[in-house]
Amino acid sequence: MTGRIRQLIVGDVQADRVVPPSGFTAQLTLFVAAAMAFLTVFALALSLASGRLADRWADELARAATLRINAPADQRAAQTAAALTVLEQTPGVASARALSADEQAELLAPWFGAELPLDSLPVPQLIEVLETEEGYDADGLRLRLQAEVPGAVLDDHSRWRKPLVDAARSLRRLGLFSILLIGGAMAAMITLAANAALAANAQVIEVLRLVGAQDGYIAHAFVRRFTLRALIGCGVGVLLGMIGVWLMPAASEEGGFLTGLGFVGWGWLMPLAIPLLGALVAFVATSRAANKRLGDLT
Amino acid sequence: MIELDNVGYNYGGGELLTNVSAQLSPGSFHFLTGPSGAGKTTLLKLCYGALSPTSGRVRAFNMDVKGLDRDQMAMLRRRVGVVHQDCRFLDHLAVKENIALPLTVSGKDMSLEEANLSELMNWVGLSERAHANPPELSGGERQRAALARAVILSPEVVIADEPTGNVDWEMSQRLLRLLVELNRMGKTILVATHDLSLIRAAKNQVQTRVLRISDKRLQLAGADL
Repeated sequence: MTGRIRQLIVGDVQADRVVPPSGFTAQLTLFVAAAMAFLTVFALALSLASGRLADRWADELARAATLRINAPADQRAAQTAAALTVLEQTPGVASARALSADEQAELLAPWFGAELPLDSLPVPQLIEVLETEEGYDADGLRLRLQAEVPGAVLDDHSRWRKPLVDAARSLRRLGLFSILLIGGAMAAMITLAANAALAANAQVIEVLRLVGAQDGYIAHAFVRRFTLRALIGCGVGVLLGMIGVWLMPAASEEGGFLTGLGFVGWGWLMPLAIPLLGALVAFVATSRAANKRLGDLT
Repeated sequence: MIELDNVGYNYGGGELLTNVSAQLSPGSFHFLTGPSGAGKTTLLKLCYGALSPTSGRVRAFNMDVKGLDRDQMAMLRRRVGVVHQDCRFLDHLAVKENIALPLTVSGKDMSLEEANLSELMNWVGLSERAHANPPELSGGERQRAALARAVILSPEVVIADEPTGNVDWEMSQRLLRLLVELNRMGKTILVATHDLSLIRAAKNQVQTRVLRISDKRLQLAGADL
């Protein structure tokens, strides 16, 4: 196997010369490989960013819940204290803390402005609940709160967390599916280019067979050429794609998801596999095309 | 060496050859003649496996040609040197590289074959044209280059299809001398030609058998040649 890979890369100068240099198929293969690799870099960046986002949302939101105390103003403090007592006694709750008036005003500020007179409005008291690794029994907690703190409503975020995480995971799957589609399209284009090159060189193949060339030798000459072209084209495409990703704005809270598109840490090494995979796709596509074509010419 | 046993070949729905039997024994020199379209080229192609018979059997070196796979067929071609009338070359390679093509495709070490190649180029009189491209060659030069390419692997059999079809008398005699020399080296020669003067000239130099295709069948030609 190592010998075959070495033979493919190093080649044989004499053998390489038997197939004439072809014009448009060479340029087509280079262009297609570069374009596909460029798109693959972005699909990969999208997929990885979506994955990170899904994991982060799932992790952050799964650990937090909010308890809302909807009670008349004169009972609010008592019910809040009762709710905190219940939460302290609930297994799986790591901590529970009532938000201060300033913190609640800060939460409402984006909608009502900073000068909100919170005291004069019937705003419910919010309690932030953080859970342990094991988590708590949400249904059991709701039943107990219903009995002991009638104005308490537990929101464990699952209502809106699940669609968000599902959306991010779908986006990741879409990115991966796009990479597969790009690979398939590249295989199809290279197969067409290889077939065109084989058809254009029918006389060369005839002469080679006449002088005793085995089909493996003839196929190798074409396969090597297309594989190396795909490798070079993909290398250029990946380089341009990585520069494009690198030039995108860094992740920020304000920018949200769009500014988080890119690679992080070791993720920057992943696109480097694309030229090798592109060369593999070209190798398989051209081998199949050459063997079929040579078989048909018998 | 090459044996045709009741071979028939249909082409485009019609019968071109029927019940053809012949044997090329080692070291023999055969001419194949007949009118244009009689099937001379087809018969040659049947001999080296470029075509499969529709009936009968072709055996080469004790192997049924029809049963050979593609790799075995390539090996057969290395034992049978072929010179086509139209002498196809790889036009992007120099004459010397074209002549060396059988060595290249069979994986020979070219540095070890350099002396043989030069000797062969000299033998066919193409040393001066070694670096020319095939389209620059005259008809006679192309035929000699094709002959050199056909024999560079030292095949047991050399098959030539109308080798003198596109050359003048002097060149045809030169080509004939090369073929006769090869035969004297022990090679089996089969030449398809409609040039009876070539056959007569060969008879003066070497023992030959003349086969004629007539009415879809192969016959041994008589003393009229």
